[in-house]
Amino acid sequence: MFKIVRQHAVRLGIFTLATVFLVVLVEKATFKQRAMQRAAIERAQLATVLPPTTHDNDLLADSFVLDPSTYIQMELLGLKASRMAYRAKLDNKVSAVILPLVSHAGYGGEIEQLIGISDNGEITGIRVIRHQETPGLGDKIDSRLSDWIYSFDGRSLNNTKKSLWAVKKDGGDFDQFVGATITPRAVTASVYNSLEFFNLNKSTLLELATSDTKAINQGIYHDSKPN
Amino acid sequence: MTPSLTEISRKGLWQNNPALVQLLGLCPLLAVSNTTVNALGLGIATIFVLTCSNFLISLLKQLVLPGIRLPVFVLIIACLTTCVELLMQALAYSLYQTLGIFLPLIVTNCIILGRAEGFASRHHPLLAIWDGLMMGLGFSIILLLLGMLRELLGTGGLFANMDLLFSGISPSEIIIFNAKNPFLLAILPPGAFLALGLMLALKNLIDEKIANKKIPETSPLTPGSKRVRITGKV
Repeated sequence: MFKIVRQHAVRLGIFTLATVFLVVLVEKATFKQRAMQRAAIERAQLATVLPPTTHDNDLLADSFVLDPSTYIQMELLGLKASRMAYRAKLDNKVSAVILPLVSHAGYGGEIEQLIGISDNGEITGIRVIRHQETPGLGDKIDSRLSDWIYSFDGRSLNNTKKSLWAVKKDGGDFDQFVGATITPRAVTASVYNSLEFFNLNKSTLLELATSDTKAINQGIYHDSKPN
Repeated sequence: MTPSLTEISRKGLWQNNPALVQLLGLCPLLAVSNTTVNALGLGIATIFVLTCSNFLISLLKQLVLPGIRLPVFVLIIACLTTCVELLMQALAYSLYQTLGIFLPLIVTNCIILGRAEGFASRHHPLLAIWDGLMMGLGFSIILLLLGMLRELLGTGGLFANMDLLFSGISPSEIIIFNAKNPFLLAILPPGAFLALGLMLALKNLIDEKIANKKIPETSPLTPGSKRVRITGKV
């Protein structure tokens, strides 16, 4: 009896070691390529919210961690965990920041967004990165399906007063979709909140801080979830 | 008793098709078939894992003691799936993102463990490779057909975002009809069930047609033929 158990354990151990070895081998062999791919995708994504002409630095190299100890009223961004943000620099001056943003008021759960804000508080671009809104109705927040998200470009708290940061149905400035008001309402509210956050933390965000170099190797999209 | 190559292919692609007859791996089949590119990506990944796991398991069948057979199979399958995941991250990162959890879930795809246990552990490695290829192909063809059908009905186009999978080619979606109000049901999960149901019905219909053809026609009874009493007293 004991002999059989030992035999099984040894065999199972050998197989485990062999398979782990194989995985480690592939992991090491593809490491560089994977990091490059991820960086390329991230750069492309960041470029959609902030035109590359507005900065002369590598955004991934100038990423930093948004943590509650440094920034006030982090809850305005709706983030559950510390996330990466990016500083764009032009002539050794911070010209814009890119912040992650999550809305919890969507119809189908969280709506993850990326927002670019220039140093004067104007929105340079917003993209919805991940959402579970109803296909055909609420998913028009996706830039591939509708131009709606572009209606925020160039807006700021200065040129759009607080009461206008709402969908038209609520007396605001932004279109809603036929059959879906909850989704655009959620996005509009979270965009407004992120501008508030920017204003509150403006001096810290636009500071020429030495970047957290650890950030280069980490992505902001680590937590892949099914969609 | 070794099955011939044509027999294995016929079984994998039609007679014992994992998706249409065994109805295995329904979870990825229904969830990932919303677009052609997703279906193709997962199909290729499944074929790869199935073929490699069949080969390895058939190769190692003498070393695997019966008592620890299943854990070893699962280990091998999990290892291969992780490798596929890493490779996909290196070669097609955006596709890796859209497939999400369904890529690691290949481990739990019953087809793979089923073929390991039912075929690979009993046959020659080369036959096992062929079986893995054919079974994987049978699954992937159905996955791809479902994906194309649902994408066509739901968006009016075909082959959208193919550059996710083949990074070289330019995005070339074929618009079949312009859908102002797309047929949403096709893209939503119920559409997957309906489409699969229709495909099952079609397969059964074809099978029935084939079976009817094979049965030689019996000669009709001539009037006045003998009748045989089978009940009661004679």
